[in-house]
Amino acid sequence: MLAGRVALVTGGSRGIGWATAELFAEHGAHVVINGRSDPSARAKELSERFGVETLAIAADVAKAAEVDAMFREIFKKWKRLDVLVNNAGILEDALVGMIPDAMIDGVIDVNTKGAIRCLQGAARLMTRAKRGSIINMTSIVGTNGNEGQAVYGASKAALIGLTKSAAKELAPQGIRVNAIAPGYIDTDMVRALPADKQAKLVAAIGMGRAGTAKDVAKVALFLASDLAEYVTGQVVGVDGGLRM
Amino acid sequence: MSENEAKLRSVFVEALAIPRDTDVEGLTYRGIKQWDSVAHMQLVAALEAAFDVMLETADVIGMSSYPIARETLVKHGVAF
Repeated sequence: MLAGRVALVTGGSRGIGWATAELFAEHGAHVVINGRSDPSARAKELSERFGVETLAIAADVAKAAEVDAMFREIFKKWKRLDVLVNNAGILEDALVGMIPDAMIDGVIDVNTKGAIRCLQGAARLMTRAKRGSIINMTSIVGTNGNEGQAVYGASKAALIGLTKSAAKELAPQGIRVNAIAPGYIDTDMVRALPADKQAKLVAAIGMGRAGTAKDVAKVALFLASDLAEYVTGQVVGVDGGLRM
Repeated sequence: MSENEAKLRSVFVEALAIPRDTDVEGLTYRGIKQWDSVAHMQLVAALEAAFDVMLETADVIGMSSYPIARETLVKHGVAF
């Protein structure tokens, strides 16, 4: 479904990002894996398993200069980018009234500002080909909210505004922009939640189980592919019927 | 006129859809109706493709005239 396409997955070395990178490579994409720590081993693994070209880029999306350098590396290798999955994110909880300023900056810098920076870099590479698909990983917390997650929710809700605005602006360039809102997905990031909170979440899922990273990756594959060629500005929930 | 100067002129003429005899040295961003924000991004993409460079975000924002576009390309190793 993505044969020969070049796809960048930020935060691609684990969790939803890794599952997405893996599925994209399985479907023939050349994959750029970005992570804060060196994702070379992950990139090598994909090349060996699927015979695709890969590029590992250690860069912090919270740092503008590192994001610029990342897109220059992609430009140098392929001169183009077909798919961006804006997945890099951090999760930190704090109740209203007890939110430290440093936490607000940290979460917004990665989850929101990082995504905007990457979207901008990707759009510039995609404008040349007048084609591309950008997928922003938001969250059910961004659409529905959740106690203790005001900052995380705000950072993810911002991505919905980003998605809808950029979709309108970039449609004439042939660039589609969509978002995925995962529910409770069994990843390292949510495993860090307190056990009682995890149990409460599973009990609220219509399908009776937590989602897997691959459940989300499959929707990313659809949005990245030509199957979704007339789909833009949408937020797709992948939550098994989670009520929040 | 150097080959790259001719190429730069040609990119401006084509990306902004302006007449070939336009005084390009005097062109400024939003100084003519054809060079609006949408055309600016197309111009940047065309420049990058023609000269095989990738501009930085600050370059894109600061590229407010034809002479500044030339200076920006010089910064990225293009000789005029």
